[in-house]
Amino acid sequence: MTSTISPTRDRIAFPVTGMTCAACQGRVQRTLEQTPGVLDAAVNLMTGTATVTYDPATISPDALVGTVRDTGYGAELPVASRTAAEEQVAHDIAQEGEYQELRRKAVFTLGAALVSMILSMPLMTGHRHGAAADPFMQLVMRHVSPPLEAAAPWLYALSREVLVGALFALTLGVLLWSGRHFYTRAWAAFRHHSADMNTLIAVGTGAATLYSLVATFAPGWMLSHGIAPDVYYEAVIFIIGLILAGNALEARAKRQTSSAIRGLIALQPDTARVLRDGAELELPVSEVARGDIVVVRPGERVPVDGEIVFGSSAVDESMLTGESMPVAKHAGDRAIGGTVNRTGAFRVRATALGAESTLARIVTLMREAQGSRAPIQHLADRISAVFVPVVISIAIATFVLWYLLAADAPVGRGLAAAVAVLIIACPCAMGLAVPTAVMVATGRGAALGVLIKGGEALQRAGSLDTVVLDKTGTVTEGRPAVTDIVPARGIDPDRLLADAASLERASEHPLAEAILRAARERGLPLADPTGFEAVVGRGVRAMAGERALFAGNAAFMRDWGLDPASLADDEARLGSQGKTPVYVAANGALLGLIAIADPVRPSSRDAIARLRQLGLDVVLLTGDNRRTAEAVARALGIEHVTADVLPDGKVEEVRRLQQEGRAVAMVGDGVNDAPALAQADLGISVGGGSDIAVDAGDVTLVRPDLHGAARAIELSRRTMRTMRQNLFWAFAYNVIGIPVAAGILYPSFGILLSPILASAAMALSSVSVVTNSLRLRRARIA
Amino acid sequence: MPVDKILVLLGGLAAIAWINWYFFVAGRRRVAVAAGGALQEIEIIVAGGYDPSAIRLAHGRPARLVFDRRETSSCSEELVIPDLGIRRFLPANERTTVDVPATVERGTHEFTCGMGMLRGRLIVE
Repeated sequence: MTSTISPTRDRIAFPVTGMTCAACQGRVQRTLEQTPGVLDAAVNLMTGTATVTYDPATISPDALVGTVRDTGYGAELPVASRTAAEEQVAHDIAQEGEYQELRRKAVFTLGAALVSMILSMPLMTGHRHGAAADPFMQLVMRHVSPPLEAAAPWLYALSREVLVGALFALTLGVLLWSGRHFYTRAWAAFRHHSADMNTLIAVGTGAATLYSLVATFAPGWMLSHGIAPDVYYEAVIFIIGLILAGNALEARAKRQTSSAIRGLIALQPDTARVLRDGAELELPVSEVARGDIVVVRPGERVPVDGEIVFGSSAVDESMLTGESMPVAKHAGDRAIGGTVNRTGAFRVRATALGAESTLARIVTLMREAQGSRAPIQHLADRISAVFVPVVISIAIATFVLWYLLAADAPVGRGLAAAVAVLIIACPCAMGLAVPTAVMVATGRGAALGVLIKGGEALQRAGSLDTVVLDKTGTVTEGRPAVTDIVPARGIDPDRLLADAASLERASEHPLAEAILRAARERGLPLADPTGFEAVVGRGVRAMAGERALFAGNAAFMRDWGLDPASLADDEARLGSQGKTPVYVAANGALLGLIAIADPVRPSSRDAIARLRQLGLDVVLLTGDNRRTAEAVARALGIEHVTADVLPDGKVEEVRRLQQEGRAVAMVGDGVNDAPALAQADLGISVGGGSDIAVDAGDVTLVRPDLHGAARAIELSRRTMRTMRQNLFWAFAYNVIGIPVAAGILYPSFGILLSPILASAAMALSSVSVVTNSLRLRRARIA
Repeated sequence: MPVDKILVLLGGLAAIAWINWYFFVAGRRRVAVAAGGALQEIEIIVAGGYDPSAIRLAHGRPARLVFDRRETSSCSEELVIPDLGIRRFLPANERTTVDVPATVERGTHEFTCGMGMLRGRLIVE
């Protein structure tokens, strides 16, 4: 795979074969390194690949491969691999083609079935041998035949030979064109010792056709052996037609299961307006290079990921994040390719292109998720692996039993029942039950701004009882800010803030950053500190010109002979609100208190209430002290708080909850909390603004909003319900359908299932499973 | 019992036995071994199933599976190797390369079509 690093540097990785030892590896690597134009080469013996950084102006990938071959080892350029989006598009084209073909075939075959039904009518009246033996057909005949005979008496005047011959010709057409693929595929599978739906259809309709052929060409032989020479041609045509119609409906429904991912791919514009040498050029997006300046006008889609370098606007990111309000963007902010620029014009410097872009990564992730399997499927997998041979065995047993036990027409009845068994059995519904639900759910999740990594994540998310929330950056903004300024008597608040900020300029503490930002926002003039000194756990001091400045806790003030008592009440009050109060003093006099806190995200409170509504135990996990943590928890309505947790301790806490027998979801940022996310039954990583960390966690929230966690869990629960419904239906359908088709109800109730009705039931069973999964697209998720 | 019934009964039992032998026993025997070298390579024909459907790979070396899909049947259009997190679209009448890393664990790793009907096994030893 070739990737462009800069105009003068490309990188390629290609397989090298024939290396057996470290010496071989060394030789290939040295040869590559000594080749003009190669900037760097790394050869890996274990994976058998060479990764080469080279100057494309000096040497081509072909020449690099040639260089390796000259050393006596094998090498070849990697097969151009498709991106996830390209694969999806190719898949869609194939699926659309299949649907169109199935539809054409279904329409033709059902038309042929109607004609065959009319042709069968005269055969069935007058007790002539060769009447259609399908019970459904006999029922239809009773109602249709009399008016048909009145309308078209000539039809009834035709001889049996003519009618049967015409039916035979129709069947031949259907078998050779529209139904042909069932037989060729069944044969291909048979040669590999495997069997699938095609096998059942081929054996079922093949047996009926063979019987009919003998009845057509050797009726006398059959009569002499006491077998009725009935023909089943119309049943064969009807069965194939109905199954084709079912397959066409199923293909259409299956296409809808990936509509979400198609929608995402469609977001990517084809062209970008790029500034080159002062001129705006409209280029294909694939030709945009990293560092290019791209112009985005109002109403256009942003073509690439990049940093805004000029201009400002409101950008609609709803298609990627689920956030309905347009997001204000200014110079320095990141814009995501595929989002819609609403109001202003701006320019972005391209930062991530092709497969690295956010959109491409989301599409890749979704395709991987949709291909994954949920553990709940294991049972269905085990059954479908043995299903077809078992059903064929049951069909044979059915025929034998009918033959042994039936009072009259044992061959005809046995055959009808065996064919009905083969036709009604539907392994497809079992195969589709879980994957279609996974596909629809992951697509729906993406539309909600929730990226679910696959079937297993869905299943675990569906069975949670406890949610652990990391406080900083998840529940809160993750960026401390000045919340209160309490000046001592007679002190100007701006003076207090300016002095504190001047002092903190030299500090790297997160609290210092908050104070500095507050001072800058107010445009306060700051002095340059000298002689800065920090006392860990207490405070900092420095000189600003002639002024000696101090900031820290009460103990630090007392260390320097200052009495903080006058502000002690304020300190206690702020502390109880979960804020961190900092005393500030200058030249031996207290200036006041500055309180700093990490503000709670506006959405957190509602989202936590929603999580509790879903019956989940919510635990707040934080490295903060207990007082701060409890204050935040109180404000949010959380009962369980685990405070004073060291970074490593988060994993321990998750493990402890798991040992209590809980199924735990951990919600945190993908970087610091990665081990805890991995330990939890479900790791939910919270994306930070436009920077979507799609790789961490089982579930990624595109937006830093806890509602996403509630939505992920709710969607997963619904999906699990859908999967269970699908599996139950698929199993129950076969468990009930097969014995009924075999004739289990005949001795007591005289009920026999027509093979034609069996084919209709089979066609509907898989369509109904897919349709049930599609309901997830419209499920109400708060 | 009349002769014809006895014949049908015996014939039916024999047919059932043969079907179960053919699909569950006979098909399991053939195991292909990937061609050696630093990169193990094997070609798998996809047409109504995988041929070969059982492939033995040596542990600790990367492997390249070349799926040659010689049909348009949608059943085989997708390849899934759950243990490796691989899902690939196999275009009809094209060869698609799937690389298996050297780090794959010992044991049997199943590969299937998108719906799990067609099956094959990678046996890493």
